[in-house]
Amino acid sequence: MLAAILSLGCIGLVAAIALGFAAKKFAVEVDPRELAVLEVLPGANCGACGFPGCAGYAKALVAGKIDLNQCPPGGAELVTQLANILGVEASAAAPEVAVVLCQGDNHRAQLKYRYLGLEDCTAAQKIADGPKSCPGGCLGLGSCQRACPFNAIEITPEGLAVISREKCTGCRKCISVCPRQTIRMTPLESTVHVLCNSHDKGALVRKYCQIGCIGCHICQKTVPQAYRVENFLAEVVYEEHLVAMEAIDKCPTKCIRDFATGYPDGSSLLPSTDPEKSDAA
Amino acid sequence: MAIKLKTFCGGIHPPGNKQWSAHKPIEDCPLPEEFIVPLAQHIGAPSTACVEPGQLVAKGQTIGAPKGFVSVPVHAPTSGEVVAVEPRPHPWGTSLPAVVIRPDGEDRWAEELEAADPNDLYPEDMVERVRLAGVVGMGGAAFPAHVKMSPPPEKKIHTLIFNGVECEPYLTADHRLMLEEPERILQGIALLRFIYGAERVVIGIEANKPDAIALLQAECKDTPVEVIALEVKYPQGAEKQLIAAVTGTEVPSGGLPMDIGVAVQNVSTAAAVTDAIIYGRPLIERICTVTGSAVREPKNLRIRIGTPLSHLVAVCGGLLEEPGKIILGGPMMGFTQTSFDVPAVRGSSGLLLLREEEVVCQAEGPCIRCARCVQGCPMHLLPTTIAAYARRNLVAEAAEYRAMDCIECGCCSYNCPATIPLVQAIRYGKAAIIAKKRALTL
Repeated sequence: MLAAILSLGCIGLVAAIALGFAAKKFAVEVDPRELAVLEVLPGANCGACGFPGCAGYAKALVAGKIDLNQCPPGGAELVTQLANILGVEASAAAPEVAVVLCQGDNHRAQLKYRYLGLEDCTAAQKIADGPKSCPGGCLGLGSCQRACPFNAIEITPEGLAVISREKCTGCRKCISVCPRQTIRMTPLESTVHVLCNSHDKGALVRKYCQIGCIGCHICQKTVPQAYRVENFLAEVVYEEHLVAMEAIDKCPTKCIRDFATGYPDGSSLLPSTDPEKSDAA
Repeated sequence: MAIKLKTFCGGIHPPGNKQWSAHKPIEDCPLPEEFIVPLAQHIGAPSTACVEPGQLVAKGQTIGAPKGFVSVPVHAPTSGEVVAVEPRPHPWGTSLPAVVIRPDGEDRWAEELEAADPNDLYPEDMVERVRLAGVVGMGGAAFPAHVKMSPPPEKKIHTLIFNGVECEPYLTADHRLMLEEPERILQGIALLRFIYGAERVVIGIEANKPDAIALLQAECKDTPVEVIALEVKYPQGAEKQLIAAVTGTEVPSGGLPMDIGVAVQNVSTAAAVTDAIIYGRPLIERICTVTGSAVREPKNLRIRIGTPLSHLVAVCGGLLEEPGKIILGGPMMGFTQTSFDVPAVRGSSGLLLLREEEVVCQAEGPCIRCARCVQGCPMHLLPTTIAAYARRNLVAEAAEYRAMDCIECGCCSYNCPATIPLVQAIRYGKAAIIAKKRALTL
């Protein structure tokens, strides 16, 4: 009994000395600033900065290899914090949010065929270009929802992806998984968007979707500076977003939406009420 | 005398359903009002249009020029006027460029087409004639025939197998061709044998076509061509499974039949080769079985390439009811269509119209590890494992389980009692593997 305690104790002592020595001798120098930076980064490891995770970005920041405003989830607040830690001047990039440019859920947009396969938009898109007749509409199978590290995307019961303006940090993960390029980055300050992604001619769009843009130019005629129509699809000129509201009621298919007054039908998300977030822009 | 028929390991036994059309002689399909001839009908680079709207074309005139080696020209199915060159709905599910021709009813052949005496031709000339005629594999995959006919010199082909299996349920196009036009097939076989310089020539036919087997056996009596009856099992007509059944050797994983000195051609391809080499006729028609419970009168039709499906249905007496599923090709590997506006193409061996109640629409259930997919897999893979990896985007693991060997025959999905979309998942995985490989090489 005693021998056992003694021998184990001796082994423990020797190992402790060896470990202590190794810890001193082979210590890895960590820049204290790097730790401080890592502390303030959001820690979502979303990859929006172009690095695999927050640690990589922190390292690059301290080494001065990259701008301070490359972390969309952190936003303006983070840029100020980073500037304080690193002792440099920096200005935040204009905050952006992702928007699903489609309102054609399974109720409003026509389906080409019954889809019973994998719950994945990319897999569905490979079968005759997806079950929706519209070539650009949201498939609603939730690939973006599963990719979102911030739980900002909702799939409505009728199969439409809706992104919360409050939760979206602009990391672009959803954009990289959407097989139809239906999601677009837009300036956070603008709440008005043309929610359609079909470049088909108006007559064709009307056949397969009740709420798609038919390229009629009425929005552009109402507020010429706030809209541009290319290839039968209207788009908000975001620099002029403040006057874009005026055309909303004029749109014959109601495909222009102001997110400040409400999210697309079927969504449980409530319109943006937090003035601070919208003022931050 | 009990004979054990030759076959491969794995596979399934779906109901044949060939009785609808097996006894129906081939009928010439009347010309439709409009032909839609897609420029992409084969594996490889699509051809480029070489006619313009308003131009008059003759039957057999080249309307699409090939682009690159793995590509074939496209020809006018009849004489008439080109009304448009524009994207049109394609059997592959999207809109792809096509030449739209309105027939003039004269059905006049182009003058440039020449017959030739095969005795005056070298193998290279024959292959060139096959290429110019736009011959592709007629079994359904539509791989350019001239590419298959030009193996690299170090790969000597000693066995040439002709595929008269037609293992897809419902289809009887090859069956009728073998019964009604054996001389066209046998001429093509003789030509292909000469081109390949093969020692052994085999025609493999599934045992559910005893009349075709007896007829071809009688025709081949004094020739070196063997006619072999094969077990009735799907996918007996898949290239690698046919080779395993006939030669007893398997094509190595990731390899091609030519690696073991074997080449496989469909019997309809042999007939098209005859037309191309001897008569100089391009591939503008094929046999297509229009069948299924939703069509009034199932038929075997000799159709021109580019005939809209709506016309085929009309020729067969119309629909009995609104079909629940429209499939171009066989039920196992064909392409499901969403409308009748698409044209039949070179690979369209059949048009299948199923009633709503025949279409199984069952939600996916959990895998119960019954291994029926493993049992059915003719490539000795573990479909459920590969599918599970593919669904989780574990690309390297899927590749390790040989996802790329999958021939997408659908046996696993057919067998699955939980209706898991196994083939779709594996196909998704295969696409991810290819994308990853491409990203690594760039």
